[in-house]
Amino acid sequence: MQALLVVAVAPLLVGLMRQIRARLEGRAGAGVAQPWRDLRKLLRKERIAPRGTSEVFRAAPLVLVATTLVVAVVAPFVTTASAIDPVADLFAVVALLALGTVALALAGLDTGTAFGGMGASREMTIIALVEPTMLVAIVALSVRAGSTNLATIVSSTLHDPARLVSPASLLAAAALVVVIVAETGRLPVDNPSTHLELSMVHEAMVLEYAGPDLALIELASAMRLTVFLGLLANLFLPWGIATTATPLALLLGVLALLVKIALLGAVLAAGEVFLAKLRLFRVPELLAGSFVLALLAVAASFFLA
Amino acid sequence: MTEPSLDTLGALVGEHRTAVTIDPDELPMNARAALDAGFRLALVAGHDDGPWLRAVYLFTAAAPDRRIELHVPLDKSRPELPSLAGLSFPAGRFEREMRDLFGIQPVGHPAPQRLVRHFHWPKGWHPMLHDAGEPPAFGDVEGPYPFREVEGPGVYEIPVGPVHAGLIEPGHFRFSVVGETILKLKARLWFVHKGLEKLFEGQLPETAIELAERVSGDTAIGHSLAFCRAVGDAHGLTVSLEAHRIRAVLLEMERLYNHVTDIGALCNDVGHAILNAHAQRLRERLLRINDRVTGHRLLRGALHPGGVRIRELPNPVELRAVGADAAEIVDLALANTVVADRFTGTAVLTAEQANDLGALGYVARASGLAVDARRDHPIPGVAPPTTHAHTEGDVLSRFLVRADEISTSIELITQLTGQLGGRTDVSMAMLDPPGSTRSGVGIVEGWRGTIVHRVELAADGTLSRVKIVDPSFHNWPALPVALADTIVPDFPLVNKSFNLSYAGNDL
Repeated sequence: MQALLVVAVAPLLVGLMRQIRARLEGRAGAGVAQPWRDLRKLLRKERIAPRGTSEVFRAAPLVLVATTLVVAVVAPFVTTASAIDPVADLFAVVALLALGTVALALAGLDTGTAFGGMGASREMTIIALVEPTMLVAIVALSVRAGSTNLATIVSSTLHDPARLVSPASLLAAAALVVVIVAETGRLPVDNPSTHLELSMVHEAMVLEYAGPDLALIELASAMRLTVFLGLLANLFLPWGIATTATPLALLLGVLALLVKIALLGAVLAAGEVFLAKLRLFRVPELLAGSFVLALLAVAASFFLA
Repeated sequence: MTEPSLDTLGALVGEHRTAVTIDPDELPMNARAALDAGFRLALVAGHDDGPWLRAVYLFTAAAPDRRIELHVPLDKSRPELPSLAGLSFPAGRFEREMRDLFGIQPVGHPAPQRLVRHFHWPKGWHPMLHDAGEPPAFGDVEGPYPFREVEGPGVYEIPVGPVHAGLIEPGHFRFSVVGETILKLKARLWFVHKGLEKLFEGQLPETAIELAERVSGDTAIGHSLAFCRAVGDAHGLTVSLEAHRIRAVLLEMERLYNHVTDIGALCNDVGHAILNAHAQRLRERLLRINDRVTGHRLLRGALHPGGVRIRELPNPVELRAVGADAAEIVDLALANTVVADRFTGTAVLTAEQANDLGALGYVARASGLAVDARRDHPIPGVAPPTTHAHTEGDVLSRFLVRADEISTSIELITQLTGQLGGRTDVSMAMLDPPGSTRSGVGIVEGWRGTIVHRVELAADGTLSRVKIVDPSFHNWPALPVALADTIVPDFPLVNKSFNLSYAGNDL
């Protein structure tokens, strides 16, 4: 059920963020449902793959969607009482998300075009810095909970909200925000609305995709954004999440999740209006900074506990 | 043979202009004398005079305004010229263009590859010759023209274009890069030869003005004014001060809307879209002012060879409000540390490089060269504006030169409209046939830089040859030079900071 919710909401979240940006820039915007309309259009088109590409190119969109779906199923978004609780391990979730990125990077390389390779190389540079930061930041939170299971972390925060204002958790939150921005290809790391092929990161990798494959990738990208924001929301603002599987609690959980994701997305979109894209060589500096924050969070959670 | 003296070189044939006919052998010596005396090679045109060919070299110098023409008649059976590529970089490119269009061979040219020739034109077909006829079907490719390969560990090539993701004209760029750093960039343009100069032939100047307005869509006034001044020079017209002033107002209006667009586009290319949204708003406001002034948003239809006719003069108060908004956009852009960081020190074109390549316009001024036709070849009755020069040569300087020129243009328009006192129609009767062959040169500082037109009129008043030089022709080679050691993702930004014309370049 969580997965269905994520699939349904993800394009709307992207639409909402675009709409907020458009309004803040004084444009009318295309409406919140536009990403869904785009997906419908793309899904109706025929499948087409460039000559010389292999199975890697064809499988990558599926892998990307599948890994994100698994995360959407297991991670504690609506409820901490997940059906397959043991999978919702911190390392498993981060690894699943990384697997999707790697599949896409391989597909970019598989096309054999200069842009695919360029995008893949840039994405790998970024992911090499993003993944450790994400792991370390969440580890900082797991120390107190005594488990790397995301549901346990969330419910332990729920029982003891005071620890949210601890230095460890604040530092980890700051680090996570930075890496999520980088991982989902938002400003100032990547510009999702550019048409300048030479400055793209994520878009350069998927330049050769068209039709239903492109729809899958667009959907998966939107889902990843939703998943990341959902994780961020529930790790640091767990209120409202269902701890039991009663219908009322679940409904409340769904509503709380929607509100939290929408708010985070709105803040992110509003922030983007005031940002410009960093020079590519400055991105590692930003990510290294966030890694230091995450490391400090771990240190703080041990020494200040 | 003695060194030619520039003062006594030939007879006076037009506005500040002397012409002399020389043999091909005398060309390098004369050209060297002109270049040494501080002249710049502004234009080289081939001509098909029927029984023989003729090359015309136009040298210009500033303060005082001087123009020298060297006419070199050539035997049609053996059209050869000694190459001047060793003396001047622009000369080498003009020679390649002339070779492609007329078949005039530059002897001793160090890099004699095709320049404007289309890849698929059959060998030996030169479109500007009178007997060239209709464009032939695409035939065999003319010889190999390989890109220079950069070799070494980790070096790879990124080919981009000629078809791009955005709505831009065709150009093929080949980057040789290590990691993300550009070692070498080769730009190959000239995919859409339009035969524009040939279209002018046989037309009356009054009708050809529409063609001049469409040389480059965003430079309607720049090109049509250069054309009008060239025709006026050929006819020996004395245009009234009022007409000169109204034309100068239109020229600055064109500079305004283009610079405002560029300011926004530069911000957009670093992902700061909100400033672009505001710049677009200002652009729209300026286009509507243009519409009220001339009846056309891109200022077409106002100029004609004998004068100028507009509906009303722009309101300086309104323009000052636009100027204040533009200044605010510039301040906001530079106050954003990320934007400032992306602009500063990116793709430096040194003054020496700009000078050697013959760069013009804001590109040259951002590198510290004070070239500006409004000062170097002033329009009568129009005070030359302050020329803004920044010396860094980076994207930031090119951004700031534009920002400064916006306010200067508004000051100039305010001053000119004050002098005009509401006069909007300064027209003259149709031009009489001159009765003999004439030539004329028009030099105008368009918004991109110095535009030069040279026309020749037949005895019946029709145009027998029009040669157009857009500043982009001089500035395109500066782009790869500035990009050395820049990173690939900065290319779109740097390209926008030059903002060169494809249409004005590929005639």
